[in-house]
Amino acid sequence: MPGGRAQARVGVVTSRLVVVGASLAGLRAVQAARRAGHEGPITLIGSEEHLPYDRPPLSKAYLGATGTPDHFVTEQDLAALEVDLRLGCTAESLDPGRKVVVAAGVDIAYDSLVVATGASPRSAPGIPDLDGIVTLRTLDDANDIRRRLRAGIEVVVVGAGFIGSEIASSVAGRGIGVTLLDAAPVPLVRAVGETVGAALARLHERNGVRLIQGARIVEVGGGGGQVTGVMLATGEWIPADLVVVGVGAAPATAWLGGSGVGLHPADGGLLCDEYLETSVADVYGAGDVTHWPNATFDVTMRLENWTNAADQGGRAGANAVVSRQARTAYSTVPYFWSDWYGSRIQFVGYAAADDVDFVEGGPDDSRFVAFYTSGERLVGVATLNEPRKIMKFRRLIRDRATVTDAKALLASLARPAAGLRAGA
Amino acid sequence: MRIIVDRGRCTGIGICESVDPDRFEVAADGSLVLTSDEYGEDEREIVEEAVRSCPAAALKLESVS
Repeated sequence: MPGGRAQARVGVVTSRLVVVGASLAGLRAVQAARRAGHEGPITLIGSEEHLPYDRPPLSKAYLGATGTPDHFVTEQDLAALEVDLRLGCTAESLDPGRKVVVAAGVDIAYDSLVVATGASPRSAPGIPDLDGIVTLRTLDDANDIRRRLRAGIEVVVVGAGFIGSEIASSVAGRGIGVTLLDAAPVPLVRAVGETVGAALARLHERNGVRLIQGARIVEVGGGGGQVTGVMLATGEWIPADLVVVGVGAAPATAWLGGSGVGLHPADGGLLCDEYLETSVADVYGAGDVTHWPNATFDVTMRLENWTNAADQGGRAGANAVVSRQARTAYSTVPYFWSDWYGSRIQFVGYAAADDVDFVEGGPDDSRFVAFYTSGERLVGVATLNEPRKIMKFRRLIRDRATVTDAKALLASLARPAAGLRAGA
Repeated sequence: MRIIVDRGRCTGIGICESVDPDRFEVAADGSLVLTSDEYGEDEREIVEEAVRSCPAAALKLESVS
């Protein structure tokens, strides 16, 4: 099988790998298992009807006028990897005693299992079930929103996190009126902290989109079953033909209830060790669903981003099929990016730092670099429109560099004067 | 082997640079710069990892004839 021949035969050739979740993490698990030399059967189970596709564009370019879905692989690619792909097939329960996953009423036996079921959108409290109130997670959700977006409507986005902000940017880019509401005094605090969250929030106003912070919805108006607007605690009525709720996502682990797999008491995510194995032997976790101890920061974390889903999926898939002694611990410097109004936002590292300082530019500039430090250590960097700089700091953070090292690197990256660039 | 960059797909997300910084660098305008688009067998593993890591599927490999 492709990619397997050149590598040492470390897999148990007769063992069966089952991967639940056919998005990025699950797909990478399957591909990495083959690369690691696994020659046994592989079953990939996905609850959606679609082949694995890329989610980040769904809130960005795909909401524009001409987006097309990006599938990672074709059926032929998966057939070449000898993967038994079962789409439209929802996992219902896990019985670790019998080593069986029940999906769509059928027992699927495994020797090793990777759970990559991702996260489901949280619902906002007090939001009724009316036509025109939607969430965005899947391709079907995005298609539904695209169908509803048309000239002259008014859109309200509830939640000014990255997804909500990208949606607002995409909708505004089509010339459609949009208002962003966020319950918190400052958005994005968990993702990037208060200093940078406040700076990014200003991008909305600078691009003509109203962001109402500290917004509390007291009533959602409807007529004939269709949403008509939202009433805020301040008494302000905001008309809406479409309300997109983007208030975060929770690990999709309800199907594991009663299985004995240890789940996080707060959000129900999988509790995994450094090898990404759950509390149940031979059951691994990957992607948005997974809490694990990240040795880069000596912190247990759960990440909801593309880079982690890809890398963690690959590591879980390989660890699930090699001998226990051959497994590799997973650690990473988290990285995510977001695109709003033609600006590129990038973040590397860990936002829960002691201090955050703008070291180049500031909250009102079209470019900035912000350092996150804990003690002497650089633990994170946020940039706006500085794509040349950010990745160099990702390596520095991995190597546990000090803020002094980081400032030296930043000085060495000083851009040539504009006159020189123009003459080049 | 040679690396092909699909300029229509690449948006300068930069994961390739963090995988193989000696070869890939995102420029200040977001465009991707390669120190060399050809590589030898000893570099195959890291280049393949960089190609796989691209969120935009903008990198491809082809044989140099």
